[in-house]
Amino acid sequence: MHSDPESIRKHTKMYWMIGGALFVFTVVTVAVNQVHLAIPLAITVALIIAALKGSMVASIFMHLSAEKRWIYGALLLTLAFFIVLMSVPLFTTLDNIGTPTVSPHQSHAEPARH
Amino acid sequence: MNIPYTVEERPDTGLANGKLGIWLFLASEVMLFGALFSTYIILRVGAVEWPHGELNVWLGMANTFILIGSSVTMVMAWASLKMHDWGKHRLYLILTFVLAGVFLVNKYFEYSSHWSAGELPSKSTFLAIYFTLTGLHGLHIVGGMIVMAYFIGPGAKLWRANPDQFANRIEYTGLYWHFVDLVWIFLFPVLYLL
Amino acid sequence: MDKTGIHPGGEHAHVRTPGHAEHHEEELGFWRKYVFSVDHKVIGIQYAVTGLLFLLFGFTLMMIMRWQLAYPGKPIPLIGQWLGQDRAPAGIMLPEFYNQLGAMHGTIMVFLGVVPLAVGGFGNFVMPLQIGAPDMAFPKLNMMSYWVYFMGGVTMLVSFFQRGGAAQSGWTSYPPLAVISPGQTLWLVGMIFLITSSLLGSVNFIVTIVQLRAKGLSYMRLPFFVWAQFVTAFLLLLAFPPLEAAGILQLMDRLAGTSFFMPSGLVVSGKPLVIAGAGNPLLWQHLFWFLAHPEVYVLILPAMGIVSEVIANNTRKPLWGYKALVYSVVFLGFMSFIVWAHHMFMTGMGTTMSAFFQTTTMIISIPSVVILTALLLSLWGASIRFTTPMLFALAFLPMFGIGGLTGLPLGLAPSDIHLHDTYYVIGHFHYVVAPGTIFGLFAGVYYWFPKATGRKMNDLLGKLHFWGSFICINIVFMPMFIQGLGGMNRRMYDGGMQYAHNAGLLKYNVIIGFAAWGLGLFQLPFIYNFFSSIKWGALVDRNPWEATTLEWSAPSPPGHGNFLTEPIVYRGPYEYSVPGSTRDFTPQFEPEKA
Repeated sequence: MHSDPESIRKHTKMYWMIGGALFVFTVVTVAVNQVHLAIPLAITVALIIAALKGSMVASIFMHLSAEKRWIYGALLLTLAFFIVLMSVPLFTTLDNIGTPTVSPHQSHAEPARH
Repeated sequence: MNIPYTVEERPDTGLANGKLGIWLFLASEVMLFGALFSTYIILRVGAVEWPHGELNVWLGMANTFILIGSSVTMVMAWASLKMHDWGKHRLYLILTFVLAGVFLVNKYFEYSSHWSAGELPSKSTFLAIYFTLTGLHGLHIVGGMIVMAYFIGPGAKLWRANPDQFANRIEYTGLYWHFVDLVWIFLFPVLYLL
Repeated sequence: MDKTGIHPGGEHAHVRTPGHAEHHEEELGFWRKYVFSVDHKVIGIQYAVTGLLFLLFGFTLMMIMRWQLAYPGKPIPLIGQWLGQDRAPAGIMLPEFYNQLGAMHGTIMVFLGVVPLAVGGFGNFVMPLQIGAPDMAFPKLNMMSYWVYFMGGVTMLVSFFQRGGAAQSGWTSYPPLAVISPGQTLWLVGMIFLITSSLLGSVNFIVTIVQLRAKGLSYMRLPFFVWAQFVTAFLLLLAFPPLEAAGILQLMDRLAGTSFFMPSGLVVSGKPLVIAGAGNPLLWQHLFWFLAHPEVYVLILPAMGIVSEVIANNTRKPLWGYKALVYSVVFLGFMSFIVWAHHMFMTGMGTTMSAFFQTTTMIISIPSVVILTALLLSLWGASIRFTTPMLFALAFLPMFGIGGLTGLPLGLAPSDIHLHDTYYVIGHFHYVVAPGTIFGLFAGVYYWFPKATGRKMNDLLGKLHFWGSFICINIVFMPMFIQGLGGMNRRMYDGGMQYAHNAGLLKYNVIIGFAAWGLGLFQLPFIYNFFSSIKWGALVDRNPWEATTLEWSAPSPPGHGNFLTEPIVYRGPYEYSVPGSTRDFTPQFEPEKA
């Protein structure tokens, strides 16, 4: 292991600070939610904050910032497919030939049809 | 028979086997939870209405603090080992275990309050995806606790026999644990807030 | 060549790693040595034998189906009387039972047969030897992978005996039908076991290939078989988890009454279903095919790897276009993640996404063609040895060609409209998997049997197995293209007798049936050959095929730890007929002559 006790000691301070920052960001997330933003904006803000928190956990706690190429490579590949999994089924569902997906039972406003 | 690079790093990759192994496993976990997040997106986009206020935001926030805290104690448990402080390591590892337990206790209270209010997974797609996502996440917490219990208990012997290998294993446990925390960091706003 | 003599029982190998004293393992008991072994070779053989048995069982299910299709409504001969009232009263197959046979034939062949044999069997046994490793990176994890697979297999078999029978909604398990049909719960549980087993295995494979290559074995000196297993492992690692998630969701729909996949307004048997609704059946299809498309590359890639090894060895030439092969297989693996909805063209998809998937599907055919072409070109100017493995490997090429080409009209939406869910699809994918992959796997069995046992399989029986299988298998699947083009739908228990357009097509079912039963008969020489050669096959030394890759430097069979001396690699994997050399092959592991 290349990490010697002295450099580890310097890192421990960083761990506590990042922990504190994560606490703060959590409070921010909840606070922002109290301001009722429009849904698309709310989703964007929430995901940005979550991504910030996540990258702190990943790069500092999980030492990803100092990791080796193989790890980066595998994770980048995973990220690409993750994005595909998030977006492509959604696009395919939205790009349909017009068959209605809202059935009468779901909507309370419409009278029930039998 | 000796498998090379179990403890020491292979020169050209700079990795020990377990380090690469745990990261690959975490990559597959990203895809597992990813599928559930994709499910959430599809179901929500296709829904006429999506419930708000059914979940206890404060309990969720408290659990977020607890899990973040446990991430700090987990990384400190590993760092203490690298600084050869066995006592601190034990303290932090046990603390992590306890915090994980508190998280589960909170989840138990949350679940039972939903149960008694008749808010079951079968009642709506929102509740269905909420219970499934948090349930699978909870199972991962339990898995992590089992591994931690092993290293607090019978597994601790390895520190005497092979300190480097033991430190590696604690590091890998930590990586898994941070991932569990990471998932919750996204779960909390998505389910509780949005 | 082998001066240490032949020890069919296995030489006790000690790996001498530099700086370490020799390790003397205590003699392990029977259970630790042969049942709960952590040795990759034992585990590989366990996977291979279990996989072969499941292939036979899955094939038997299909042979029974073929009776019903050839002679609808006639009592099944020989075994019909034993199937019971809820499967075949008076020996006549019930539609529900036909559906069970169909769903389980697919599930068993893909998940319990081909992949465990191709990846668990060949991957486990051969790959560490080919890279010069003493074992896999995580031997205990390897053992666990096998036993979890075994439990998944037992779960699937047990499902036949529960009330309502086994899963009967296709291997694709589409909701809402799958959610309300019997047999699915155990199927889902079995799938979760199998997926977990695959995930554990794939981590092991990747770490082993990256970390445990011998000295001198750079990536571009790896045998193509190892590259194929490497890409396959990534496919399993990243594509399987969404199906595991989907399996959990479908289990929730069945057991917890959720509506992940259940739309509103469902009426079953005249009564509206009392569920929350608002679920999306297409969500299942997306999550299922996200895995299942990469899965078909999991099915083909190891076989391509095996065929490459056998062709190089039996042409006495290097493979043509090694670099092209490597880049193609990596590109293929990547592309396989973004084509899946070509299985869903008929689900109401709009033209934009349809165009996207058609484009990616056309693009993915390119690396497949490159690989096939490279293998074909490898035959040019070759000095071909028509050994039994080579016969199967040679047959793979045109068979995979037919399978691949017939996929093209399916990948284009306009033609897929007519061909989707017809027998054309069945013909297409069976050509790729049956005379494609399975022939590749047979080649592998004949090729590596000497390494695993120290004995060769009988050549005459092998040729009988080959010719009989080759002729029969083409008669089974070629007519299906005609049936499909004529509009005959798949998954109909009587072949679709009630449809006028099927009238002229049903007769093919008779000849397909006989060819299928003939195919079954021609596996008997193989089964006999396999088991009898373990005891009575001709003894061989380390390198009976005069091959160049690392596994042939180990004893036959290799002992625990594999190599007697640390393997070092000096050159590429296919140095056959090197000009100026006295022999027509120069192994990777032979030092340069001074």
